[in-house]
Amino acid sequence: MNDLIFFFNQVMIGGVVLGSIYALGAVGITLIFGILRFAHFAHGDMMTMGGFVAFVLATLVAGMGLAFPLPTGFIVLPFAMVIAAGIALGIDKGFYAPLRARGARPVTLLIASIGVTMMIQGLIRLFFGTSTRSFFDTEPKTLIRIDVPIEGATRPISFTEPQLLLVILTLIAVVALHFFLTRSRLGKGMRAMADNPDLAKVSGINTKQVVRVTWIIAGGLACMAGTMLALDVSLKPDLAFNIVLPIFAAAIVGGLGHAYGAIAGGFLLGFAETMAVFNWAVLLRPFRDNLPEWLEIPSSLALVQSEYKLTVAFIILVVVLLVRPTGIFKGAST
Amino acid sequence: MSLVELKDIKAGYGGAPILNGVNIAIDASDIGVIVGPNGAGKSTTLKAIFGLLTVTDGSVTFAGQDITNSEADRLVPMGLSFIPQEHNVFTSMTVHENLEMGAFVRRDDISDTLDEVYEMFPDLKAKRRQNAGELSGGQRQMVAMGRALMSKPKLLMLDEPSAGLSPRYMIEIFEQVVKINRAGVGILMVEQNARQALAFATKGFVLANGQNRFTGTGQELLDDPDVAKSFLGG
Repeated sequence: MNDLIFFFNQVMIGGVVLGSIYALGAVGITLIFGILRFAHFAHGDMMTMGGFVAFVLATLVAGMGLAFPLPTGFIVLPFAMVIAAGIALGIDKGFYAPLRARGARPVTLLIASIGVTMMIQGLIRLFFGTSTRSFFDTEPKTLIRIDVPIEGATRPISFTEPQLLLVILTLIAVVALHFFLTRSRLGKGMRAMADNPDLAKVSGINTKQVVRVTWIIAGGLACMAGTMLALDVSLKPDLAFNIVLPIFAAAIVGGLGHAYGAIAGGFLLGFAETMAVFNWAVLLRPFRDNLPEWLEIPSSLALVQSEYKLTVAFIILVVVLLVRPTGIFKGAST
Repeated sequence: MSLVELKDIKAGYGGAPILNGVNIAIDASDIGVIVGPNGAGKSTTLKAIFGLLTVTDGSVTFAGQDITNSEADRLVPMGLSFIPQEHNVFTSMTVHENLEMGAFVRRDDISDTLDEVYEMFPDLKAKRRQNAGELSGGQRQMVAMGRALMSKPKLLMLDEPSAGLSPRYMIEIFEQVVKINRAGVGILMVEQNARQALAFATKGFVLANGQNRFTGTGQELLDDPDVAKSFLGG
């Protein structure tokens, strides 16, 4: 029983947490791709930048000596998201919009976004150095333990308070995004533009406004994902650059341009990763006594060592592209 | 004053001009039909009015205002509406959402217009929760027309609305075009089925090589032996 709880803590909780972060990042990438038709490589760094914006705000708030029942990082998150959305708009206006106005091809915009990646990382290192920081230098990270009322279970289900809040906030964000895309005039306009940009234009949809809203949403969600990732682990300049690959994989697996696909893809990637690095030998140990003697359980039965967990995203991506190049959720509509 | 007037339009996609002096004038009471051989510049003329390609010479006026090279988000609120020939519905959105997108530029209550469109195309009302991509070609064309009408246009432009449709749907679409016109909306359409379209056209324009070849009422063009011989297949 304890081994099952260990499995739950490691794979299920870990998967939901990782999946939430991937999903929020992948939604931004897929929205930008749907509207602007280019792979926004700098998205991971927009996440990191959002994390740093939140960190600065949290430090300022802590400096004022204010205390809250929730971690400060979560309190300042809405403000950080607004600032990050503004920065995202500025990045578009400064770098991508001029290229679009000249009719640049998607690959040009992709290269430009690699430039933006380097710029953001450089600026972060310039102002904050290369060290690793934590939101929890000044306040404790609360650990939540839930005892399992089953005989023989001594190990509790455990997760941290940031992890719980992270999952709840992701849920809220996903529901809010759903209502925005299906109920609001601008959200529907976004879907129309992703569906058929020429017809959207012919219908008189203000495509520039749609582009702005896309950056606001993508920038805001990126900040949310980056901050929550930093709250869960720690903040460093290459925080989200390291996970930009699984995030892209999540967006592609879900079918580029499909917001719901990106969310599902994010969770799929998150669970796949935690399952691949989980040591399955743990679950077999209880049966050790019943197994024939020649069958010895190896000490490690993980599919992938955790240093190589990025390969999981690669493998899933390659398989999906081979079997179903449009992504797993695109089949129904087009 | 005409509702829309093209004076000596020259336009193209950057290379050699496709339109070499097209003249068209339509009143609100008119059904104008543009016919002509392939590559004559029929669709290009509609796109030039709607700012989808650059007009290099000449002028387009709508209700007295110069709209040469204006963008769609200015033209639609003015009262122009355009139905492209292909890809003219949002396939991943429901019929209802497609119609809402047609009314994107409006900030007033659209429910009356929605009712009118559903009354005009009862098929659509039954399928309003379905994705437009799941509909048949004829029904899609109705969605496209409905979408274009949602902005309450004064001028409706249709690019080959009957292309690829069965005769049954073609007749229905043409009947609706006449009905829309009777309600006070000027019509300008490009049509391959030239004979059928000219039969109800109040103005016909025969284009060839990017220029007007013949202009007259629909009946005059049908009766003209030269037009019949060269452009209507004898």
